[in-house]
Amino acid sequence: MRRTQRDTDEASRRMTRRSLFMGGCMAATLAVLGARMRFLGVEESDQYRLLAEENRINIQLIPPARGLILDRNGKLIAGNEQNYRVVITKEGAGDVQAVLNRLSHLIPLTADDMARITRDIGRNSAFVPIPVADRLSWEDFSKVALNAPALPGVTPDVGLSRVYPRDTDFAHVVGYVGPVSEKDLSEIEDPDPVLHIPKFQIGKVGVERWMEDNLRGAAGNKKIEVNHVGRVMRELERSEGLAGADLRLTIDADIQNFIQARLGDESASCVVMDVNSGDIIAAVSSPSFDPNLFVRGISTANYSLLTENDHRPLANKVVQGVYPPGSTFKMVTALAALEAGAIDTETTVRCPGYLEFGDRRFHCWKSGGHGRVDLVQALAESCDVYFYDVAQRAGVGIDTISAMGQRLGLGQRHALPMSAISEGLMPTKAWKQERYKQDWRIGDTINASIGQGYVLASPLQLAVMASRLATGLMVEPHLVREVDGKPVDRPDPQPLGIDTSNLVVVREGMAEVVNSQEGTSYAARIVNEAMLMAGKSGTSQVRNISAAERETGVVGNADLPWNRRDHALFVAYAPQDAPRYAVAVVVEHGGGGSSVAAPIARDALLRAITGKLPDPADYPANQKARIESMLEGLKLRLPDGTLPADTRA
Amino acid sequence: MSFLEYRVKFAPAGFQKVFYVNWGLYLLIIATAAIGWLMLYSIAGGNIDTWARPQMERFGLGMVLALIITFTPIWFWRSMSGAGYIATFILLLFVQFVGQIGMGAQRWLEIGGFRLQPSELMKVTLVMMLATYYDWLDDKKVSRPLWVLIPVLLIVVPTALVILQPNLGTSVMLLVAGAAVMFAAGVSLWYFIAVLAIVGGAVAGVFLARGTPWQFLHDYQYRRIDTFLDPSADPLGAGYNIMQAKIALGSGGWTGKGFMQGTQSRLNFLPEKHTDFIFTTLGEEFGFIGAISLLTLYGLILLFLIWAAIQNKDRFSSLLIVGIAANFFLYLAVNLAMVMGLAPVVGVPLPFLSYGGSATLVLLLAFGLVQSAIVHRLR
Repeated sequence: MRRTQRDTDEASRRMTRRSLFMGGCMAATLAVLGARMRFLGVEESDQYRLLAEENRINIQLIPPARGLILDRNGKLIAGNEQNYRVVITKEGAGDVQAVLNRLSHLIPLTADDMARITRDIGRNSAFVPIPVADRLSWEDFSKVALNAPALPGVTPDVGLSRVYPRDTDFAHVVGYVGPVSEKDLSEIEDPDPVLHIPKFQIGKVGVERWMEDNLRGAAGNKKIEVNHVGRVMRELERSEGLAGADLRLTIDADIQNFIQARLGDESASCVVMDVNSGDIIAAVSSPSFDPNLFVRGISTANYSLLTENDHRPLANKVVQGVYPPGSTFKMVTALAALEAGAIDTETTVRCPGYLEFGDRRFHCWKSGGHGRVDLVQALAESCDVYFYDVAQRAGVGIDTISAMGQRLGLGQRHALPMSAISEGLMPTKAWKQERYKQDWRIGDTINASIGQGYVLASPLQLAVMASRLATGLMVEPHLVREVDGKPVDRPDPQPLGIDTSNLVVVREGMAEVVNSQEGTSYAARIVNEAMLMAGKSGTSQVRNISAAERETGVVGNADLPWNRRDHALFVAYAPQDAPRYAVAVVVEHGGGGSSVAAPIARDALLRAITGKLPDPADYPANQKARIESMLEGLKLRLPDGTLPADTRA
Repeated sequence: MSFLEYRVKFAPAGFQKVFYVNWGLYLLIIATAAIGWLMLYSIAGGNIDTWARPQMERFGLGMVLALIITFTPIWFWRSMSGAGYIATFILLLFVQFVGQIGMGAQRWLEIGGFRLQPSELMKVTLVMMLATYYDWLDDKKVSRPLWVLIPVLLIVVPTALVILQPNLGTSVMLLVAGAAVMFAAGVSLWYFIAVLAIVGGAVAGVFLARGTPWQFLHDYQYRRIDTFLDPSADPLGAGYNIMQAKIALGSGGWTGKGFMQGTQSRLNFLPEKHTDFIFTTLGEEFGFIGAISLLTLYGLILLFLIWAAIQNKDRFSSLLIVGIAANFFLYLAVNLAMVMGLAPVVGVPLPFLSYGGSATLVLLLAFGLVQSAIVHRLR
């Protein structure tokens, strides 16, 4: 097939034309690509540079060390311990199963642990450290560290965790910490980013919770470079956080421990206060629990043991428990009547063993009656009829009595960094109208006059009352002495505004309670002249007394089931001539205040005043042997806060 | 033109041929490849053995082959084009049955430990076949429907096989490069206008068919297009690659972060960073300057090719060079548009830079043919 020259030339020229056209298209495309590159790399560059940095840099928070909690003398109550852990990474281990088998010869690993680790390793990237074991002993930890060459991918790791060396003694006061929950986060406005650190611990109850802001400190942070799957490549920058502030409480750990041991297994509580400063020297609720269990994550079985116990170990009875104060309330009634001018020291009332009012008969605890008694005798012998009588007199009445109770620290929430503080109750006519839509009746006043009926008070409030009676000042309770080495500011207490002569009469009555042969608590007296105690017992009924019981008199406590027995109460201060400490003791369903609560109050006061174990010489001679064996039997802590080996659980 | 005509005209022979090789074009290619080796070394974190050395070895082997082709007369290659086309076509059929499964697509043959992608080879053999066809065809018949239908079939049948693999990028390249040869050969513009109209309609059809049982593309191919249209909608999923590529390119600025300082590639944020997305590392580490330099190199190579096509009086040689230029251009344009977020992610390597054997080898073979056409052109 031949072609003419002209045809070939024409085809050739057309091809040149079209090739040039295509070349032009290519050049144009290259220009567009160049322009695009300019747009990305020059005009939009800043934006992309920022994105590249965001890609590669992660900011990680460094959890701050939590502030320590110390007692008034600097003894450690809550500290941070090194938590020795062992973690494993899949990429380092290679054959995970083989490494774990080798590891199980060094540290205890159950089949469950193995299953959990294998599962976690399967779920995470190969570089993510999976915890193998937590809270190892130093020996086990060292064994792992020493054998590191045979354990590829296994890393010993140290973190900080909260620890309570005096475990049960401070469970209620200090509380415990736990990992931040969703609920915690939802309750906090604008939460600190540190709270988002996995397993970060915050205070859940008690001082740990209410002083959280002081204890937490501020998180540090580190800038790290990560790759596309988040593996840390290197650390770029690091700024250390600020450790939380240390707290120094007003509590004396040794006195606290003594009282905790003294209360034993009773369902009881005891508060010791410095009457002048308001410092709480001890605040004990029994039985207690080990807060360390909560930090480590309590098992369901252990938790049910605590919640199902009828002695309510989780409750802080010092502030949470409210009880009818019983006869310990009589000082309030007495002062209300004295201040109202309704009675004076000469006023006497005849007690036949009961008071009849309308068709009701109100019994005195002593069915035979006290005969004619004045105020001091009425207090000393705890004559109920005397107070039934004066409470109804002109100018007294329930509102006056309640106002006096309020003035002495009852029926109000004292601001302490503790959880679930109860207000108690000082009933008034208006209160009953609002609460029950009923008029206040004289019978109610009669019941209230001896701390029964609607009246409710917590052990803390009773201790405040005792302090105020002892000093005549508006003493407020305090729990925190120093924050970060700086003393907590507290104003000097103002006078109560109660006539001193009236206070003197009441104090005399309280002294007689313990020190007079006729006093209800004579058996619980202190014989050392320098430390004489003044106090008042109370036995409060927790059941309604039936008509039959009213007729036959009260059934003996010993015949009743535990949870229907009376509460035993005692409030006191000592020394009576120059008061230093006040105490309130409540033994739930303990029986008589004088026989059960008063001896505890005495031991607590002696322990606080002398600063050492009570001396049996300060007790009545006939009790010495019993006291000595009781003191020897107490399971007290060693100076380092640990329990003696033979008593450790 | 017949064999006789080649004989009577002047053509260099023997050792003389060395002086007629376009060494400038080879230098540009080596310079481009050298940039690739540098980037592969950087991406491997300063390790030459990971990617750079194997790539250099492949390139060396390819260069030897290219030189052998260079000094073999172009009329020999012309006579081989029919056999080459048919052989490649059979290989394409073969991969449907014996091909290795990789990346969800059957694309290569395992021959003695060497992976060969017949679809890559087809880019060259198709162009050779079409050039031979138009060299043979009387110029007057070029635009007649029957004579247009034959090259269309030559293009469409292998393309259809490649689409079945499925390999969208290569199919598009086969179609467009084939069309480029037909265009240069002088086929009436009306055919092209008509095809463009039909393609426009087809694209609309493809999207309308989406979600129906007879949709034309794989789901992942649709997703790639979606991602292209709005990568920010799914920054952690399908749009991740494009977003990270743009971040790498953009964060380089004018001069880049410096050699081996690219955080996007070093920390693995970039996908396929040593293959299809290698340009992003260049942009990140050498910035706008580095990227424009590479574009300039590519532009110069294309310029050489177009010039060689126009200058060559042999119709087969010209059409061959135009077809190879079109292929080369499509490689780089599709790849760059893709990594810059201007086109869907279709999996086309960047010529001479991306790590991988098939494309480099095929490109070097193609440039060997171009050089052979240059050396043996009629003077």
